[in-house]
Amino acid sequence: MSTDNSNTLDVNADQQHVDHHDHKPTGITRWLYTTNHKDIGTLYLLFSLTMLFIGGSLAMVIRAELFQPGLQFVDPHFFNQMTTVHGLVMVFGAIMPAFVGLANWMVPLMIGAPDMALPRMNNWSFWILPFSFFILLSTLFMEGGGPAAGWTFYAPLSTTYSNDSTAFFVFSVHLLGISSIMGAMNVIVTIFNLRAPGMTWMKMPLFVWTWLITAFLLIAVMPVLAGTVTMVLTDKYFGTSFFDAAGGGDPVMFQHIFWFFGHPEVYIMILPAFGIVSSIIPTFARKPLFGYESMVVATASIAFLSFIVWAHHMFTTGMPVAAELFFMYTTMLIAVPTGVKVFNWVATMWRGSMTFETPMMFAVAFIVLFTIGGLSGLMLAIIPADFQYQDTYFVVAHFHYVLVTGALFGIISGVYFWIPKWTGVMYSERLGQWHFWCSLISVNMLFFPMHFVGLAGMPRRIPDYALQFADMNAFISIGAALFGLSQLIFVWCVVRCMRKKGEKASAEVWEGAQGLEWQIPSPAPYHTFQTPPKVK
Amino acid sequence: MGAAYQKYYVPHQSSWPIIGAIALFLLGYGAALWINALAKDQHGVGIFLIVAGFALLFYMLFGWFSNIIDESMEGLYSQQMDRSFRQGMSWFIFSEIMFFMAFFCALFYARTIAVPWLDGSGNNAMTAEVLWPGFEAIWPLTKTPGGIETQVMPWEGIPLYNTLILLASSVTLQFAHMGIEQRKYTQLGFFLLLTIILGITFLFLQGQEYVHSYHELGLRLDSGVYGNTFFLLTGFHGLHVTLGAIFLTVIFLRIIIKGHFTPERHFGFQAAAWYWHFVDVVWLNLFVFVYVL
Repeated sequence: MSTDNSNTLDVNADQQHVDHHDHKPTGITRWLYTTNHKDIGTLYLLFSLTMLFIGGSLAMVIRAELFQPGLQFVDPHFFNQMTTVHGLVMVFGAIMPAFVGLANWMVPLMIGAPDMALPRMNNWSFWILPFSFFILLSTLFMEGGGPAAGWTFYAPLSTTYSNDSTAFFVFSVHLLGISSIMGAMNVIVTIFNLRAPGMTWMKMPLFVWTWLITAFLLIAVMPVLAGTVTMVLTDKYFGTSFFDAAGGGDPVMFQHIFWFFGHPEVYIMILPAFGIVSSIIPTFARKPLFGYESMVVATASIAFLSFIVWAHHMFTTGMPVAAELFFMYTTMLIAVPTGVKVFNWVATMWRGSMTFETPMMFAVAFIVLFTIGGLSGLMLAIIPADFQYQDTYFVVAHFHYVLVTGALFGIISGVYFWIPKWTGVMYSERLGQWHFWCSLISVNMLFFPMHFVGLAGMPRRIPDYALQFADMNAFISIGAALFGLSQLIFVWCVVRCMRKKGEKASAEVWEGAQGLEWQIPSPAPYHTFQTPPKVK
Repeated sequence: MGAAYQKYYVPHQSSWPIIGAIALFLLGYGAALWINALAKDQHGVGIFLIVAGFALLFYMLFGWFSNIIDESMEGLYSQQMDRSFRQGMSWFIFSEIMFFMAFFCALFYARTIAVPWLDGSGNNAMTAEVLWPGFEAIWPLTKTPGGIETQVMPWEGIPLYNTLILLASSVTLQFAHMGIEQRKYTQLGFFLLLTIILGITFLFLQGQEYVHSYHELGLRLDSGVYGNTFFLLTGFHGLHVTLGAIFLTVIFLRIIIKGHFTPERHFGFQAAAWYWHFVDVVWLNLFVFVYVL
């Protein structure tokens, strides 16, 4: 991370040389055939933004139905399809591709690499995604509708009781898995092999560290998901009974295998956000990150623990007490490295000369709101308490705090932080602040009351509810609509930058920003670091 | 590095990835259509999409690898690039290991937890009493709680021969590798061909075993969790042997026709060899946990 002046000079000399023949391909084939990490990063990010609105529209159907008790707009089967596809689209279409997009753009810039290690495969990873989601979303328009077993597709809902969409769902997930594994391989090889001379392990920015560990998690668990969906496919269509007791199988086994993938998956969706926030907080506090080494160790510990906590999703499904206790304690152990991170961010801000531009606002909100999600996670880790919370809106509140105000806020803060580097113009600070405050208020209207209705016993994934929850649900639905509308401000901000409307950004962009990515011009030239910079 | 720095090769543009994405789409969509049609005893367009997908995939693989081989022969690849390929291949094999892990763990879970629980072990006495009276937990599961019966696939005979064949093929592949390193190209060609023949023999015997299993033992894909794990594990392994044999055949043809590979640069060969050894190790685990124990 520490780079000196001579390094800056090296980079600029390199850039002048590069700018001389910095010709971009043009037309549609630029995007179809590209091998450029910046183009591919842009494709990923725009795809993710599109999927965010598709997934958001499905969520609005859910919230419209739940605005009042009783059945208003959709029948229960369609409601189930909405919750299922909303989850799948947001997890695999919005959050994960956004992180891969950020990794594509930023990892080579941060470590001084000319591109990703395997540029053609990089393009392949991206272009599989739109096709995969075409397969998934097309099922909504087929006879019988789309998958309706929840994004966790528990057997036997996804086997015995599912419709024709199952096969489409399974192959869509296979394609997503291929895409994720190839993307992760690329990131990991880039970081291992393409660091500039002098960019030693413990000088790497935390975003690079968190992505390295995320990529490892992806390669380890996406194949397990592929195995799970394969067993679902054969159970449904080829007469196997992995998840059917009559043949000696066990539906609980589905949950074990699924959550062995699923729990590392939730860290896949949050670790890169930790990395983004760890870049932003020091910049706007104008202090080096507090406890860099402990951040690295904490990230690695969280990744390790993520492999031995999966059954905390299944406390009520049937396990020996000793196993339940094991999973309870390992789960609680995760609070330690996560706490280290939160304390480090706060300590970084302590006595800093802070300013609160939009990225910093989202990053600070991330720390507070993600911590709320983490604490409700601790509550869920307590076995006897979990028996009460299981399958209620409390769980929905918990994972939306970590995924929306955690992962999504992390991504948004990263976009505001780096978009001047990508487009060469500053976003509108006024619009950014509007976006932040509208999002902050509406997102808490949306998800905070879910804690209360959940504790009072409102079950999730049901299109109707008891009258006592009516006022809260109306309030939640209004919050949801406002949150959805607030994101239009974000789109406006991004489109303005892409159309180069705004103040021209300097190379450094932010006062005192550290790292290689701030030493190249804004916008970043099409090719950077073709000769690696020397990092001291 | 410094003065000795070699430029990292970044290809300009390539149409192969998007073709590959379309091929995977055709395969995925076609397979879903086909499987649904199959379940209803209908014919659909699915099978045509699958064929088109495979054709496009092979076209893409051929073109993409041709590009890579040409670039490599032109000397565009630095040592750093070579490391990227090696690391990429290693992580790919790691992902494959995790894929097999899912099925091995399903086997272990069914065998040590699910089946005994159905017979009332732990605190599940009432499960056995009320739901599955008369069910007896044994492994291999020759009679399911639902009443499907099957016979056990013995490990003596074909499985044992296949184990020896695959082990021998790993050794012959090692001799082939030594042939490259010592520029003994006859040795290389002979042992590589022998490896491929051993691989094909393995697949042939595996096919015989499946016929025997279906027709004489009544052990089928749908005969309970023993048959499920047996056929999915050996089936996916067989698929990987097939891919590995194709991989080795391509390498063999490159050696015979094009005279590729030198003692210093033969990563294509090594990648195929790593893959073959990986498939071999998976088989050893299969032999122990699926057949013998």
